[in-house]
Amino acid sequence: MRTLSYVSALREAHAQLLSQDSRVFIIGQGLWSPWYAGGSMQGLEKQFGRDRVIDSPVSENATTGLAVGAALAGMRPIVFHPRMDFMLLAVDPIVNQAANWSYMFAGKVKVPLVIRAVINRGGEQGAQHAQALQAMFMHIPGLKVVMPATAYDAKGLLIAAVNDGNPVLYIDDRWLYAESGHVPEEMYSAPIGTAAVQRRGRDVTIVATSIMVKESVLAAEMLSREGIDCEVIDLRSIKPWDRDTILQSVAKTRRLVIADAAWHTCGVAAEIAATIGAEAFGHLRHAILRITLPDAPAPSSAALEAFYFIGAADVVSGVRQMFCGSSKKGPA
Amino acid sequence: MPHSDLPISLLRRMYRTMVLIRRFEEAVADRVTAGEIKTPCHLYIGQEAVATGVCSVLDREDYVWGGHRSHGHYIAKGGDIRALMAEIFCRATGCSEGRGGSMHICAPEVGILGTVPLVAATIPLAAGAALASKLRNDRRVSVSFFGDGATEEGHFHETLNIAGLYRLPVLFVCENNFYSSHLHLSERRVCDNIDSAGQLHGVASVRVDGNDVLAVRDAATRAVDRARNGMGPTLIECRTFRWRGHVGPSWDMDVGIKRKDDLKQWIERDPIRLLREVLLAQGESPEEVDAVETECGDLIEDAVGFAKNSPEPDPRQLLQHVFKYS
Repeated sequence: MRTLSYVSALREAHAQLLSQDSRVFIIGQGLWSPWYAGGSMQGLEKQFGRDRVIDSPVSENATTGLAVGAALAGMRPIVFHPRMDFMLLAVDPIVNQAANWSYMFAGKVKVPLVIRAVINRGGEQGAQHAQALQAMFMHIPGLKVVMPATAYDAKGLLIAAVNDGNPVLYIDDRWLYAESGHVPEEMYSAPIGTAAVQRRGRDVTIVATSIMVKESVLAAEMLSREGIDCEVIDLRSIKPWDRDTILQSVAKTRRLVIADAAWHTCGVAAEIAATIGAEAFGHLRHAILRITLPDAPAPSSAALEAFYFIGAADVVSGVRQMFCGSSKKGPA
Repeated sequence: MPHSDLPISLLRRMYRTMVLIRRFEEAVADRVTAGEIKTPCHLYIGQEAVATGVCSVLDREDYVWGGHRSHGHYIAKGGDIRALMAEIFCRATGCSEGRGGSMHICAPEVGILGTVPLVAATIPLAAGAALASKLRNDRRVSVSFFGDGATEEGHFHETLNIAGLYRLPVLFVCENNFYSSHLHLSERRVCDNIDSAGQLHGVASVRVDGNDVLAVRDAATRAVDRARNGMGPTLIECRTFRWRGHVGPSWDMDVGIKRKDDLKQWIERDPIRLLREVLLAQGESPEEVDAVETECGDLIEDAVGFAKNSPEPDPRQLLQHVFKYS
């Protein structure tokens, strides 16, 4: 079994896609820089040429629009936004255009486009170098949204996204780049719309996205020492999301925690909570708990960041709250 | 006396296209007035020479992109007029199967991948199709039609810079009809200088009389030639005028005193009449020239009948095509 880091898996996926499919090209900022994309694109322009790996002018709107147009004309573009915050300048081509064209034209045209956006936060970078905006885009019909949490999915979901035939927003988090795991050498797809159970457990289901998967697994290990047996589900695909896997898990554990390192209001966790609350009402023994960021812009100061961002400790304390008041520390 | 060195068959063909667009739009206007058409229609009457002149130099495979006022682009590029009329009636047989209406029309079989009303939105898309053509080296060109209002959007400036930088095979055709909805150009920009945006971004630029189909064709010929030979994009500012309101059939909807005076002058320079004079000067008889009226009238009557007799879209298909393979 070959082990690779998340960032190397990402680079390998890009390289294999470029080498196997002449329709694939990449456009975005920082592609020829050794550090902009955190190594996830390093040297691709030398391997595949600057015609197909295009480090673009500072024009998020136009480059994304170009990618939409090229997709409509039969290419398989990947448009790259090294900071998701800056991608907001491209909301028209993503939301009004890419997401609508198949429907508006009754499926006579399609937009096989991948929009890759990077969450790049922390380190006192502040409010405009921090945002995790998956919920905004999850809201839009006609867009798929994926957030790989493992090295395996970093590669497999990118390949699936390029081959999907629809606009897919692929969101990776710089805090995951050093994580490593099993990554096959051949090209493979990880299914869009299917969650992965990362850890089996009986007492509580923790559904996590992206960086919070790793944090939730850590939390589960700590909680197991306290006699609480957590099931951790990696959501992987934010839209469509895998309600069956979550419903099955909740039917067993009867408790649900959702961990998403993004804002609380109208977030991914809110959507899952509303759906599972409605569909599994009779199973639930406890109110669904959301572990999210506070509804505030990200601060710069490290002292404030420590309170703003969330991690395993927040999951642990959230789950503990669920069990306090019960007669046993562990499950009833 | 007006004169053209172009073959008479080509002049006749362009004349037919312009008449077909004019009569089509008049038929739409009548049906809107009659309450049979409900979708907002932005009519192309008065601007026919622009779509006709540009599309007369394009091949079937070349791409055309438009906006909210694109019936004329669709017809000039050779789209099926039954499917267009049915779409304007929002019927299941329409080119967008009733999901688009007047403002979202397509004819992929002739290179029209879509028109949308979001102002300037298709400008970068057109450049993207041109980038695809450049990467594939397939010699197609891509044409973006947009109004003067679109030049005030960031899309326009960002895209011109990128298209100039990568020498993309794209034509930016600005149909400057001097009004964005109700606001005159002079109320929206300091200078009447849309064509100068090209120079700023390294894009060849030309300003032409958009009511003179021969002048438009001439500019488009040179622009397409440049594009196919790797010399990059061209911005063509076509100065023209829409005769009806911003939206709908009315003649006086957004008329101030100024627009009323302008309209009078522009109607005297009716693009169809200008080409008719050329044809007559080349020795065509009035009867020969006017024969297209009957043919176009029949085609439009057939299209209206087809549209009215077509079924409404099936509500059971409401959620189809949100995703391509769903």
